Amino acid sequence: MEKLRYERPIIKKLETGMPNKFGMRTEYTPMTHIDGVAVKELIKEYGSPLFVLSEKTMRNTLKSAKQAFTTRYPKVQFAWSYKTNYLDAVCNVFHQEGSWAEVVSGFEYQKALDNHVPGNKIIFNGPDKSDSDLKRAISNDSYIHIDHLEELYSVISIAKELNKKPRVSIRVNMDTGIYPMWDRFGFNYENGQAWDAINKIMLSEHLELVGLHSHIGTFMLSANAYAVAAFKLADLTVNIQRKYDYHLKYLDLGGGFASKNTLKGSFLPGADISPTFNDFAEAITGSLINSEIDPHHLPVLILETGRALIDEAGFLLGSVVANKRLSTGKRATIIDVGVNIMFTSFWYEHKLTPAQEFTHYTEDTIVYGPLCMNIDVIRENVNLPLLNKGDQVVIHYVGAYNMTQWMQFITLRPKVVMIDLKGKSHIIRDNETNSSITSLEKIPEHLMKFEL
Amino acid sequence: MNIKKNIALSDTGFIFNPSTGESFSVNPIGVEIIKLIRDGKEKDQIKESILEKYQTDDATFERDYYDFVNIMNHYNLTEIDE
Repeated sequence: MEKLRYERPIIKKLETGMPNKFGMRTEYTPMTHIDGVAVKELIKEYGSPLFVLSEKTMRNTLKSAKQAFTTRYPKVQFAWSYKTNYLDAVCNVFHQEGSWAEVVSGFEYQKALDNHVPGNKIIFNGPDKSDSDLKRAISNDSYIHIDHLEELYSVISIAKELNKKPRVSIRVNMDTGIYPMWDRFGFNYENGQAWDAINKIMLSEHLELVGLHSHIGTFMLSANAYAVAAFKLADLTVNIQRKYDYHLKYLDLGGGFASKNTLKGSFLPGADISPTFNDFAEAITGSLINSEIDPHHLPVLILETGRALIDEAGFLLGSVVANKRLSTGKRATIIDVGVNIMFTSFWYEHKLTPAQEFTHYTEDTIVYGPLCMNIDVIRENVNLPLLNKGDQVVIHYVGAYNMTQWMQFITLRPKVVMIDLKGKSHIIRDNETNSSITSLEKIPEHLMKFEL
Repeated sequence: MNIKKNIALSDTGFIFNPSTGESFSVNPIGVEIIKLIRDGKEKDQIKESILEKYQTDDATFERDYYDFVNIMNHYNLTEIDE
């Protein structure tokens, strides 16, 4: 007689908590395949842990974002936010779909050039642009978004030196009714700093003011804040036209659109409460169309959204290392995915599902990573089926920021693969080896030898 | 060790402790183990019975068995044999 599938014995105390009309669903529906490729096969071929990106999801998400904006506004341009995920293959998916590059450092700028993005389709943001960064950007005719007055004066002086007229915008910060208000980047709208910078640029014969830029926050759960931002940028645009008889070429509303992740402390899952692209598009384009901007000179609307375009395309596959019981009787599961490669676990309660079928019995579990550090907690409380050592799990919505903010700490960083539109997987970043790290180190002669 | 005599166990895995009013749920293999303990079986006999029926190994079962028994102690469902 064939033996039955084993499941560890569990006993669970039945507790009646506060009545909850939402009746939160437990998260143990298994995810056995990603774009038709078996999770087990991916781990077998590339190892565990493993980042997996779905090209199909990336392209479809950008298409739906584009559709939301282009059906409401005639001139829309997306620019891929390099800091969100600057793996070259990822950037090129978005460039193939028509996105420009939005970079915030000399390093990212060089990456965009290496990806063959034309210089005049690179938007250069950020508070730290060195003189050599600025010279290169000016020579390449890139759009420079000025963050502070020091940068404004540097750009003027380099423009004179190179005898070029750089295309610049200023970043404008403002009160959009949300907390925290981001006022550390750019020039303030309410106190007149923005106008001061605009006047300086308009009166300078060395600079061409081509647009205005704002980026009001991150993981915005209110679409209305963008309506306020668009209204204030439109107000500046109209008054520039009145004062200088000059039409700006674009308004860049930045990024910050929330993805479907669930922020820590949020009562409802992100997938239920995050505004859709249609919500953001309605708020922004509504403000622009209804403003006093001359309809014959509507500026191009630039969007630099990153997170909302790629979070859902990213999966992190991992394996169970061990199960244990804490002093309180609570179940703890250790997986091989640590916070060093999943930085976003500090902000989100990531959706985590098993990669194989289980019975309907579950346990409240705390999920730890493999690091010998107390902070290495992936989920503080999640209802999971009875996972055994070696079982595999899928962590969802990890496409944004993890592959740029990850750290080489205690363990090495794993491979990243992308599944193409035909269901074929490609390594787009190899795993690190010891030599990836030690090749950068140098040992002084007197420390070369020791005896123990 | 044995399961307290007043503990009610249904075949579907529902446990009720009338002295505290607490109730618990157990999965089918847990029900089997509790029944074997009630029948007076020792750990090794229980292990033999489970290994015969399920796809598992010595070490896995032993680890899970002690964890299960410890949690039942934690919930005050067991008593020491006299």
